[in-house]
Amino acid sequence: MTAVATRVRGTLGRFSPSRAARALGIPGVAAAALIAVVLTVTLLAPVLAPYDPDQPDLFNSLAGSSAAHPLGGDALGRDVLSRLMWGARTTLSGPVLIICLSTVVGTALAVTAAWAGGKVDAVVSRLLDVLFAVPGIVFALITVAVLGPGVTGVVLGLAVAYTPYVARVVRSAALRERNMPYVAAAWVQGRSAFAICVRHLLPNLRPIIVAQSVSALGFAVIDLAAISFLGLGVQPPTADWGLMVKSGLDSATRGQPLEALGAGLLIVLVVAAVIVLGDRLGKEGDQR
Amino acid sequence: MSLLKRERDQPEESQAEKGLSGGSLLDLRGLGLAVPAGRDWRPLVEEVDLSIGRGEAVGLVGESGSGKSMTARTILGLTPPGARVTGDIVFDGIRVTGMERRALRGLRARRIAMVFQDPRAHINPVRSIGDFLTEAMIANLGVPAPEARARAVRLLSDVGIADGERRMRQYPHELSGGLLQRVMIASVLAVEPDLVLADEPTTALDVTTQSEVMAILDELRRERGMAMLLITHDLELAAATCDRLAVMYAGRIVETQAAGALTATPRHPYTSGLMLSRPSIDQVVHRLPVIPGRPLAAFEADDGCAFAPRCAHARPYCADGRPAVVELEGARVACTRAGELTLQGES
Repeated sequence: MTAVATRVRGTLGRFSPSRAARALGIPGVAAAALIAVVLTVTLLAPVLAPYDPDQPDLFNSLAGSSAAHPLGGDALGRDVLSRLMWGARTTLSGPVLIICLSTVVGTALAVTAAWAGGKVDAVVSRLLDVLFAVPGIVFALITVAVLGPGVTGVVLGLAVAYTPYVARVVRSAALRERNMPYVAAAWVQGRSAFAICVRHLLPNLRPIIVAQSVSALGFAVIDLAAISFLGLGVQPPTADWGLMVKSGLDSATRGQPLEALGAGLLIVLVVAAVIVLGDRLGKEGDQR
Repeated sequence: MSLLKRERDQPEESQAEKGLSGGSLLDLRGLGLAVPAGRDWRPLVEEVDLSIGRGEAVGLVGESGSGKSMTARTILGLTPPGARVTGDIVFDGIRVTGMERRALRGLRARRIAMVFQDPRAHINPVRSIGDFLTEAMIANLGVPAPEARARAVRLLSDVGIADGERRMRQYPHELSGGLLQRVMIASVLAVEPDLVLADEPTTALDVTTQSEVMAILDELRRERGMAMLLITHDLELAAATCDRLAVMYAGRIVETQAAGALTATPRHPYTSGLMLSRPSIDQVVHRLPVIPGRPLAAFEADDGCAFAPRCAHARPYCADGRPAVVELEGARVACTRAGELTLQGES
């Protein structure tokens, strides 16, 4: 337990909240705070949400703001506030999954390429270039065409699409790190290439990997919401911000703009916060 | 028939083995290292012959760019990308050149260790000192983690770091250069290798800590019966710690002698020049004698003796071909005039 704690502290220098706050700056702290609030509400949705998000209530259909329903109801009379709270779960868990997958695959590819060099590096780099050339939405459309509409297909497609975003940056950092003397020192100690990559390279690459993944997470939120908006991602009646923007557009023309506004605003805020945080983390990584 | 054949083969085999090991721990034979430069090869080290006995300390002395570091790194296969190694490296009777990767890893893991010049660059900055010290023990020797930690603390106290428990939890940036070099030495001792390659182990340190660290390295090495190849440009330091010295110039060894004999009666003009150009604390000199010109790298040298252009004793024939190595009263000298010259040594 203490060993783990030491290791975690080690990668950030000695971790302390005030030091982290100073490193992130005011925008970074604000972004982190916003993300923390959103995550808390997301996790506590079953407790905090005043209504069942999927329960239609015809008396509340397209209703405006009221004491019982602060953000009114959607076309079927479901409580918009509750749907926003629950919708955060699908809206955010998808991108997190996408980024986890693409970070693991991207980092593995990048470190392998940087370590092996030569032909392996050339093949991996060209592969990444090809992936880069195809927009993420197109990948998602391909997987959706194969697997049918739904979150699974979209997540897989976007995970492939985001792999090069992580891999390119990590590869160049790994190339630099690979030529550091401490790697040569571990090498002459008779450590295997795998051990050096996992135990020496990865801890040193961690700040860059984290910064890059967090930035990519912001874009993944937009992409997934866009695909849900197009009707290929999350399927109704599940609450999702992207879907709510779409159905909210209908409601807006009928006098209830709060659904589309709320969902749209949340997407913008969360994406902005995530990207600012990623940027700050990247700057901190550079300074080390 | 088969019996006869075996009888005939056996002596040959054992002779071959004996020939390989030659009783010494490490044998470099005609070792050369060249890196690609366009279509050509650019030599960095040429025809280096050097042997180190068990428990013996040999100093490899030379100026920057003379190829001494490259020689040591080549032994462990730490060569620049695309480099070509020629000649033979024989360690304990086994040829290291052309060795299988796995076997070479085993050699590095247990039998040959290296102390680097700059400990700060050679220790992973984001892992603790404890991790650094125990990693090789746990991974290479299969020592259980708690025992490895206990051993690491003992090693730290061996190298003069008293509060080992606390140091184990610290990170490289929290330690001074001198302390880090001690940590590096401790990590080398941890695997109890047969041979330590010390590549300028004290050059990056303060003058005051230099002698301390060198003394620790030398003492602990002797206690454990490890052989050492000390790479340094400090002739005095090498003479004080090593049994034998080899002087390198332009990628070649120009002279090999026992340490005391080399400083007293250098046989090569270059060695003598090095001895004379050191400041002495007994004498006040306003201008130190210098060797004219600048040191050459191996690839810059002409066909003749590489040192000839700077040599006070050079003769026209010195430019004809590389001087052969001659044996002279226990010394091996690569100078055509070695026999006729009487050179000044330590003043």
